[in-house]
Amino acid sequence: MTKDENKRIGVFVCECGKNIAGSLDCEAVREYAEGLPNVVCSVVNKYTCAEPGQQEIKKYIKEKNLDSIVVASCTPRMHEATFRNCVSEAGMNPYLMEMANIREHCSWAHLDDWEGATEKAKDIVNSSVARAGLLQPQIETTLPVNKEVLVIGGGISGIQSALDLADAGYNVHLVEKEASVGGIMAALDKTYPTMDCSI
Amino acid sequence: MMDAGRHPRINLMTYSEIETIGGFIGNFQVTVRKKARYVDQDECNACGECEKVCPVVVPDEFQEGFSSRKAIHMPFPQAVPSVFILNDKDCLGHNPIACGKCAEVCEKNCIDFDMKDEIITLKVGAVVVATGMDVYDPTVMDEYGYTRFENVITSMEFERLISAGGPTEGHFVRPTDMKTPKRIAFIQCVGSRSHSPVGNPYCSNICCMNTVKDSLLLKDHYSDTEISVFYIDIRAFGKGFEDLYVRSKQAGVQYIRGLPGEIFEDPKTKNLTMLVEDTVANTVVNHEFDLVVLSVGVIPRRDSGTVQKLLTLSRTEDGFFMESHPKLKPVDAPTGGVYFAGCAEFPKDVKDSVTQASAAAARAQILLNAGEISVEAITSVCDADMCESCGICVTVCPFNAITGGDRKTKTPAQIIEAACKGCGTCAAECNFDAISMKHFEDAQIMAQVDAIMNNKHMEKIVTFACNWCSYAGADLAGLSRLQYPTSQRVIRTMCSGRVDSKFILHAFEKGAPMVLVSGCHYADCHYIDANRWTVKRVDKLWNKLEKLGVRPDRLQLEWISAAEGQKWKRTMTDLDEMLKNVTKEEVEHTMKVLKEDREKSEAKAAKQVLKKVGKEIPIQATV
Repeated sequence: MTKDENKRIGVFVCECGKNIAGSLDCEAVREYAEGLPNVVCSVVNKYTCAEPGQQEIKKYIKEKNLDSIVVASCTPRMHEATFRNCVSEAGMNPYLMEMANIREHCSWAHLDDWEGATEKAKDIVNSSVARAGLLQPQIETTLPVNKEVLVIGGGISGIQSALDLADAGYNVHLVEKEASVGGIMAALDKTYPTMDCSI
Repeated sequence: MMDAGRHPRINLMTYSEIETIGGFIGNFQVTVRKKARYVDQDECNACGECEKVCPVVVPDEFQEGFSSRKAIHMPFPQAVPSVFILNDKDCLGHNPIACGKCAEVCEKNCIDFDMKDEIITLKVGAVVVATGMDVYDPTVMDEYGYTRFENVITSMEFERLISAGGPTEGHFVRPTDMKTPKRIAFIQCVGSRSHSPVGNPYCSNICCMNTVKDSLLLKDHYSDTEISVFYIDIRAFGKGFEDLYVRSKQAGVQYIRGLPGEIFEDPKTKNLTMLVEDTVANTVVNHEFDLVVLSVGVIPRRDSGTVQKLLTLSRTEDGFFMESHPKLKPVDAPTGGVYFAGCAEFPKDVKDSVTQASAAAARAQILLNAGEISVEAITSVCDADMCESCGICVTVCPFNAITGGDRKTKTPAQIIEAACKGCGTCAAECNFDAISMKHFEDAQIMAQVDAIMNNKHMEKIVTFACNWCSYAGADLAGLSRLQYPTSQRVIRTMCSGRVDSKFILHAFEKGAPMVLVSGCHYADCHYIDANRWTVKRVDKLWNKLEKLGVRPDRLQLEWISAAEGQKWKRTMTDLDEMLKNVTKEEVEHTMKVLKEDREKSEAKAAKQVLKKVGKEIPIQATV
C-alpha cells in the first residue's frame, strides 16, 4: 500500500465544551492540522458529536470532496459508531473515519499543562492523519444462520434453555452425558426459597 | 424434566457426549457420540424385570452410595427418558455374554448386547453451554475427618438421607447406628472462601441458603432436633432469603460465627466433638454432636477442559467459564454464538440458573431470529502467492479461523472470515508478510509510528495499547482525571497480539527512546489467549535487543485492564522517569544498529527470493 498524494482529508477538532478546550488550545491544533499533508480542511466544533457538528462533517465531505476524515475528540470507544454513521450518511465508507483521542488520553490527563497538552494533541492528530491517509474502505458481509440450537448439559439450566428455545419455535438438540436429564438438582430433596420438591 | 423429554422440538440425547465442534457463529458443525446403553430406548417400558434378575450389585451413585443398584438399572425413579441402562463396566460381560439373564427375561427383547455407539452429526447456529457444576470433595480436608468418621457427611449426602426418594425413604438417620440424630452441626464454607491449598477462594453462593433450608427440613421432620450452624458470614442476599433465615432462627437453630479447627470422634459413641471459637460472643466452647454435615462448596465441572477446547472458551482463575463481559455481557461467551446458562459460568442457585438459562435462550434467539450475521470487517486476509504454507498462523489463531498452512501438501493458509475475530496475531506472526490485517495494516501502523517520531522523538514513549483493556484503561485514567506526564503516544490495535516485532523495531529505529506494549491481563484477553503470543514476541525482542547492544528495558510490556486507570497512570509516570535516563547517544546507537540489522536481513531475504525465483524458472522452462 502506498501513500496516495491525492488524498483529501478533513480534520474536525472538537472542543467538547470545556472538556477539551479547557485544557488545550483547540485553535492551535486546528491550525497545525491544516498544514499536514493531504489535509484539505480543518475546522473546530464546540460539540462534534451533536447534530450541528455532524451536519458540518457531512457538509465538508460533500463540499470539499473529502475521502477520509479525522475527528479529534473523545475515545473511539465512545463515539466511533456515531461518526461512522455520520460519514455513511454522507456517502463515505464508515471505515474511512479515524478518531484522534484528544480528550481521555490528553485534555483530561493533563489538566494543568496547557502547552504540553496542546503539543500532545497536535501529535495525536498528526498520527491519526497519517493513518487516515492510508485507510481503505471495508465492507461488512453477512452470512446465513442455521436455525437449530445445541444445548450442552441437561441439568436445570440446560432444560430451561432448551424449553425456552423450543417453545420459541426452534429445533433444539439437548445433549446430556448421563443416562437421564436432571443433573445435580434431581439429587436434591427440596430447594429454597420455596421449599418444594426439586424434580 | 418431563417437558424436555416430550417436547416435539427437543431432540433429547442422553448418555451422549460431544466429540467435535467445528465452524463458527451461526454455522457450527457438531458430532455427538450417543453411547450404547444396550437397552432399546424406544422399546423399553421400564417394567424392571431385568433389574430383578441381574446378579451384579454395586453402590448407587444417585443415592451417594448409601444404597445399591444393579448393573442394569434405572438411573433414578423419575429419570427422563424412563428407560433402563446397562452399565457395561459393571456387567459381568456381554461380549462374549457371561450372564445374559436380563436379556432372557426381557419380554420386549429390548436388551441388545451388540449395540454400538452412534455418531450423530448436527448443524446448529448457536450453542448453549449448560454443563453445570461439581461438588467439592472434602476428603482432602483431613481436619474434618470426612474419610475417618462415618457420622461426618456432606450436604449432598444429607439431601439423599432426608429425601422421601432416598435410601431411608426420608427417615433421617446417622450412618453408624441408623438412629435419628438429635444434635446436628452444619459447618459452612467447606472448600469455599478458603485460601488454603485445598480450598477455593470464592464464595460458592448457594451453601448458606442450602443449610438454612436443610435446618428447616430437619425442624419440620423432627422438631426437637438441636441444630447448630457454624459459619463465617451468612449470606442470605436473595429475594425471600432473609425470611427463610429468620424462620430458621425462630425455629431454634443456633447460628454460631466461627469454624471448628478440628473434629474428633468418640470411638465408643461415635459422637463428634469440636472446639469452636465463637467470634461474636468471644468465647471458646467445646461442642458435642451426633452428626456433622459439611456444607460443601461448588466447583467447576472436572471435565470443563473438554468443552473449553471444543468451543475455544476461556476460564477465569476459579475455573468457571469466562463470560464476554462480567457486567454487560454476562451470558455471552467470548466465542460468538455461544451462551452460558447456570453453574458453568459461576455457582448459582436454582432461580439464578433458570434466569440465566432463559437469558441464554433469549440471547441465542436474537441471533437465530435475525437469520443472518454481519461478519466483522476487521479480519485478516492471506495472500496465497506470498504464503509459504508454514502454518504458524494456524497455530497462533485462537479461533481456529485459519485452515491450510500445510507445508507437506503446500496448501497455503486460508482465513475463514466469518470465524476471524480480528485480533491480528496471525498477521504479526507471519514471517513472509503474506497475512495482512484489514483496517490495522502494517503500513497504517508504521505511518503512525513515523508521524509520532518525526519531531522531538526523544520526548516520546511509543505506546501500543489493545482496544479492549489497555486503551480502555487509558480512557478510564482520563475519565477519572488521573494526571500523568504528556510523553506517551498511543497507537491502538485491537489486540496486543497484533503488535508485530517490526513495529517495535521500527519505532526504535526511528529514534524512540522507549516503547511500551500493553494488553489485557492473561486470562482477560478478548481473543482468548492471543496475548500469549505477545509475550513470546516481546521476549524474543528483548533477547535480540540485548544482542544488538540495546538496553532491553527500553522495551516494556505491561498488562493493564480496562478497570486499571490507576495502573495506567502509574505505568506512564514510571516510564516517563525511565525516559529521562535514556541518552541521546544511546538512541543514536540504537537507530544505527537497527538500521544495519534491518538492511542485513532485507538483503538476506532478497537473496532468498532470487534463489526461489531462480529455481522456479528452469521448472517452467521444462514444462
